[in-house]
Amino acid sequence: MKFLLVEDNADLAGAIASRLKLDGHVVDNAETLEDAKAFVSTGDYDMILLDIMLPDGDGRTFLRDHRASDLDTPVIVLTARSQVSDRIGSLDLGADDYLTKPFDHAELEARCRAVLRRKSGNARVTIETGGVVFDSVAGSLKVAGKPVNLRNRELRLLELFLNAPGQVFSKQKLADRLFSYDDDVSENAIEVYVGRLRKHLEQSDLAITTLRGLGYRLDHGG
Amino acid sequence: MAGEPVVQGSLRNRLVLILIGGAAVLAVFLFLAVRSYAVQVAQRGQDNILLASVTSMLDAASFRDGVAEVDIPYAAFSMLNTPADDRVFYAIYQDSDFLSGYADLTPLAIPSGGEASFRTLQYRDTSVREVTATRTLIGAGQRADIQIALAQTQDALSDTLDQISRNAAFMGLGFFALAAALSFWATQATIGPLNKLTTSVTRRGPQDLSPFAKPVPQEMAPLVSSLNSLMGRLDQSLSQSEDFIAEAAHRVRTPLATVRSYAEATLLRVDKEENREAMRSMVKAIDESSRAAGQLLDHAMITFRADHLEREDLDLVELVRDLVQRLTPVAEMKDLSFVLRGDDTAPYAGDPILLQNALRNMIDNAMKYSPADSTIDIAVRSDPSLEISVFDQGPGFPLDEMETLTSRFIRGRNADNTIGSGLGLTIAQDVATAHGGTIKLHNREEGGACVTLSL
Repeated sequence: MKFLLVEDNADLAGAIASRLKLDGHVVDNAETLEDAKAFVSTGDYDMILLDIMLPDGDGRTFLRDHRASDLDTPVIVLTARSQVSDRIGSLDLGADDYLTKPFDHAELEARCRAVLRRKSGNARVTIETGGVVFDSVAGSLKVAGKPVNLRNRELRLLELFLNAPGQVFSKQKLADRLFSYDDDVSENAIEVYVGRLRKHLEQSDLAITTLRGLGYRLDHGG
Repeated sequence: MAGEPVVQGSLRNRLVLILIGGAAVLAVFLFLAVRSYAVQVAQRGQDNILLASVTSMLDAASFRDGVAEVDIPYAAFSMLNTPADDRVFYAIYQDSDFLSGYADLTPLAIPSGGEASFRTLQYRDTSVREVTATRTLIGAGQRADIQIALAQTQDALSDTLDQISRNAAFMGLGFFALAAALSFWATQATIGPLNKLTTSVTRRGPQDLSPFAKPVPQEMAPLVSSLNSLMGRLDQSLSQSEDFIAEAAHRVRTPLATVRSYAEATLLRVDKEENREAMRSMVKAIDESSRAAGQLLDHAMITFRADHLEREDLDLVELVRDLVQRLTPVAEMKDLSFVLRGDDTAPYAGDPILLQNALRNMIDNAMKYSPADSTIDIAVRSDPSLEISVFDQGPGFPLDEMETLTSRFIRGRNADNTIGSGLGLTIAQDVATAHGGTIKLHNREEGGACVTLSL
């Protein structure tokens, strides 16, 4: 996905961008409202992450102009304030969602996915491989032409594997991606989710291989 | 909050009392003046008739056969006739010798040069007016001083006086009533601008700190101008502290967000388990501090708003639905699902921001303690009373802690591994109290906790 990050704090912008790039996203960073307008007019973005307090004005005025100009690129507001009234104000002005800094990256992903799912007109990114068709935005999976219902964690686990076929994931690494940091996760839980996913993939050409002491890997041709 | 003012006396009462008291004194004076003037006029009338009567009697005195004689004319008495049938007494003296009439009616000394003299006296147990006049008869070498005392009771006079007094009293009362009405009206007109100012102060919304622009009487201008300057300073200091809080939050949260994002990104790259553990603890600590800061600010805001509750009409079901939609992505990360039950609509007049915050904390709590793959039930009921309940399938509340969980900074014993500041239920409780409602905690028989907000 292509993100436009409107954030004036260079450190934070760098941190968010590097985290998004790890997942293979493209990120442009605008430090002022002026820059942001220029970026929006030239680039085609899937998602705009917008800070509220910017050096040359209030992010909410950008939001209002953005909506007034009939652009429907989804906007998620990043706010450092926690006053509820502030949040409501942003939603009224046409933000699709908001996040309070500091935020959990997994939550940002979840919110992006939810926003994109709501704006169903957008083009979908689907992965077709080994007899499965996977739409990460809609969260839908078809195995051998038949739709399969996935729970959210199964979906994210599958997405991890599909984005890096052949890569080995340790249980700890998977746990860090699937669970938030305040969850008490046992390695058993990971085994349970991997087991469920294996069951869903039985009819496909994909298989999750256990590598003793190392972790799991997605392989083609089972 | 501000205390009640110490009230001593009332401007309106003071004004009314002074004006009405003045009117009453004036009315009494008026009554007395009219009455005493009436007494004088009536007395003079009786005196004139008595004088005329005694004069006609003296005119009828003459010598007959060398003896002084008074042949009292009929008219002398008839002119004394009154509606009250007053009685008449007379005594005739010749050179100080009693001639005829009532011997016990004594004449009065006439001042030299005077024609007659008058007095009022008690005679035969009643009040009478007496006139004494003399005439010197000269004829046939004889000379005699005829002196006549004539007295009349005062029944008719006092009847007249009674009547005049009554009329004067009515006049006084009428004057008093008129003056009283006038004083009420004057007081109202004077107090009116004050009341208007009071109403416009009370009618203002709690956030309205703009100066008064409407014209006020000259005497109130200093009060209004100091009020305006006070509100100006208050407005300034309020917006300063609001800006300060926003700025402080911004300054604290932005670097926290930087650290968190880097820590997360590093965690994905690092392989060594000790380092990963350290990064995880770091992220956890950041989450804890930012959530605590957020809830402290929310709590401060709620305390402020609860003092000036701004109620508006809203639908609680819609409010809950919005919240659930907003929280769904976070819930999905844990494979939690929400089930909304109960009425289709629940109209209520309350502060939407406060209520939303309270419900958010209740649902956040449920999400924190729910096991993965479970359901959170939210029920909205408007009959018989408004109730919103949030049920989870977590471990439930420890029985002995139910009372203390809504106090500030107290967290449940089984909260060791979850992040929180212990303010969530306190905020919900404060919001409930501000709306005149309550928060109830209980554990479900089938397991799990239930928090109910009753309004």
